[in-house]
Amino acid sequence: MSAQTAAPERRSPDRDEATQALAKRTRAGAKVHTARALGLLVAIGVLLLCVGLSVSVGAKSIPLGTVWEALVSNDGSYDHSVVVELRIPRAVLGVFVGAALGLSGALMQGLTRNPLAEPGILGVNSGAAAAVVVAIFVFGLTSPGAYVWFAFVGAAVAALAVYALGSRGRSQATPVRLALAGTAVAAVLQGLVYAVIVLDDFVFDRIRFWQVGSLVGRDLELFSRIWPFLVTGVVIALLLAPALNTVALGDDLAAALGAHINRTRLLAAVAIVLMCGAATATAGPIWFVGLTVPHVARAITGPDQRWLLPYSAVLAAVLLTAADTLGRVVLPTGELEVGIITALVGAPVFIALVRRKRMAQI
Amino acid sequence: MTATTPRPGSVRSGRPVRTRSGRVSFLVRPRTAAVTGALVAAIAAVFAALLMLGEYEITLPRVAAALAGQGERLDLFFVRDVRLPRAWVAVLVGASLGVAGAVFQSLSRNPLGSPDIIGFTGGAATGAVLTILVFGGSMLQVSLGAVAGGVATAGLVYLLAMKNGVQGYRLILVGIGISAMLTSVRDYLITRADLTDAKAAQVWMIGSLNARGWTEVIAVAVCMAVLLPPLLAMGPRLRLMEMGEQTAHALGVPVQRTQAVALLAASALTGAAIAVAGPISFIALAAPQLARRLLRSTGTTLFGAALMGALLLVTADLVAQHALSPAQLPVGAVTAVIGGSYLVWLLYREWRTGRA
Repeated sequence: MSAQTAAPERRSPDRDEATQALAKRTRAGAKVHTARALGLLVAIGVLLLCVGLSVSVGAKSIPLGTVWEALVSNDGSYDHSVVVELRIPRAVLGVFVGAALGLSGALMQGLTRNPLAEPGILGVNSGAAAAVVVAIFVFGLTSPGAYVWFAFVGAAVAALAVYALGSRGRSQATPVRLALAGTAVAAVLQGLVYAVIVLDDFVFDRIRFWQVGSLVGRDLELFSRIWPFLVTGVVIALLLAPALNTVALGDDLAAALGAHINRTRLLAAVAIVLMCGAATATAGPIWFVGLTVPHVARAITGPDQRWLLPYSAVLAAVLLTAADTLGRVVLPTGELEVGIITALVGAPVFIALVRRKRMAQI
Repeated sequence: MTATTPRPGSVRSGRPVRTRSGRVSFLVRPRTAAVTGALVAAIAAVFAALLMLGEYEITLPRVAAALAGQGERLDLFFVRDVRLPRAWVAVLVGASLGVAGAVFQSLSRNPLGSPDIIGFTGGAATGAVLTILVFGGSMLQVSLGAVAGGVATAGLVYLLAMKNGVQGYRLILVGIGISAMLTSVRDYLITRADLTDAKAAQVWMIGSLNARGWTEVIAVAVCMAVLLPPLLAMGPRLRLMEMGEQTAHALGVPVQRTQAVALLAASALTGAAIAVAGPISFIALAAPQLARRLLRSTGTTLFGAALMGALLLVTADLVAQHALSPAQLPVGAVTAVIGGSYLVWLLYREWRTGRA
């Protein structure tokens, strides 16, 4: 008996050290989490600032005080109706579209473990573009509000086709196969779009403005049709974060740990389709955001999806609203589309980041 | 290039052939020989069809006679001055794009790697669109603008990615950033130009072989004669580098030098192809992947990619000329549809049989 009780006592200094080390690591971990939470709060603050600017800046600049009055006591004046009917819906759309693109980019990269993966790879942009071409070419539709459902269905069908093709037989979708399937389907659809726009000037004239990506002329009614898809997608994506962390360990290890790999992949694909489909249907194809914002977020948070996903969403929303606002003031007359600005403003920042840091590998 | 698992059997099923002294030796694989033969035969068949078909149809014996310099004047004109150079442009441009794509994919170790990633295609397209829309340049000027744009962009990307040497990963990401900026510049120009000019620029960006003649053939052929031998000779080293830069270094491959030379040569090859035919999509991406799957090889096969690229482009040109005749499609639209469909079919077949 005495020998047995003596044995642990002899090892106790080691154990103390171990306990201390563990406590230290836990404290360090808590510190990192606090820092990341603070960072996220700062990012959200910046986002709110961007939204405020987006509402007040434009062809007619409206002071923030008037914006507030328009919200609490709308007297139907010109300024107030501009704020409520034009500026706020557009700012809200910008936030949602940006967040959806950033989130789906992060999901795609986590899912395929390919740093080049982005929503466009899943065929979403080309699917939407092909459907919009059909809408114009066959049905003669001409306004973004009328394209929405075509774009959404096109995006969803293309993404499902890619996913089905990318998953192998009874087994699951492997990263490279998914990427290849995506490029293949996107190429076919893009080729069809090319063929139609070469043969028909009317379609080309419409599609060249749609494919830039813009928030001009999108109203509250459009948003009311599209938000359920966006919100569902965002919720699924954020809930999936822990499962995605496990999947990132590799298929075998994740399966050994009891993760439902196929279920996670399928849910992630559903979230991507919902978010990207809705975003592309609303604003047209915006290429740069989904691809690069997750890389920036990863440089801040590291590979933990629980932080990476919210950061990607908020940073992408910041990028999109800021770009949209900038586009309204940068030209002496008229405005520059948000898709052009995101790339022109985002790319130099992105390149500076790539150069400064050793980018976190996936 | 990491995900394709080598299939047992594909590696050892070869027969070594040696010269008597043993100084030159190589493996002869029956599958490689058969597939190469089939590809060459297919290219020849489509090539013949390109010479025969059109508004003015010419039978095969008359084509042969015209090639030998005999026959009616109209036959001679169509075969030797119109269709033959165009078909050769298709073969050479296709082969160039196939090889360049294989090199880029090998260097970036990513099946999505293509000349796009170092910004070459984007730069060339932007150069050309600027020349068309802002300066209203001629065909030759547009080609020069494209090459200048491509070289300038690729150089810029390489410089921006440089920091204690160039890492593949950083090169890709910088390339993406620059390409995104250039795309938005092009979008801006195209939405602000008037419809006719915008359309001319768009057709050029899709890539077309309409009205290409002997001047273009000679231009591409000279570039290929200079650039192809060193690239083909580098094939084995590229395959070693696919195993990782450190492993390759340990095996005696001069990694930095091979990388720089291969990038330069592949960019120049792409530049020649783009200057002649515009940035034809998908061949650089699909040809190496298709060749790999057909040859069941474990690494990059530059020669296979060249043949596959040529076959894809001649087939696409045949379809582009005759599918919606008399309307002429730009060949880039067709390469995307054909190459994409073929890749879809390949993936579907693998999906059915449950192979990786």
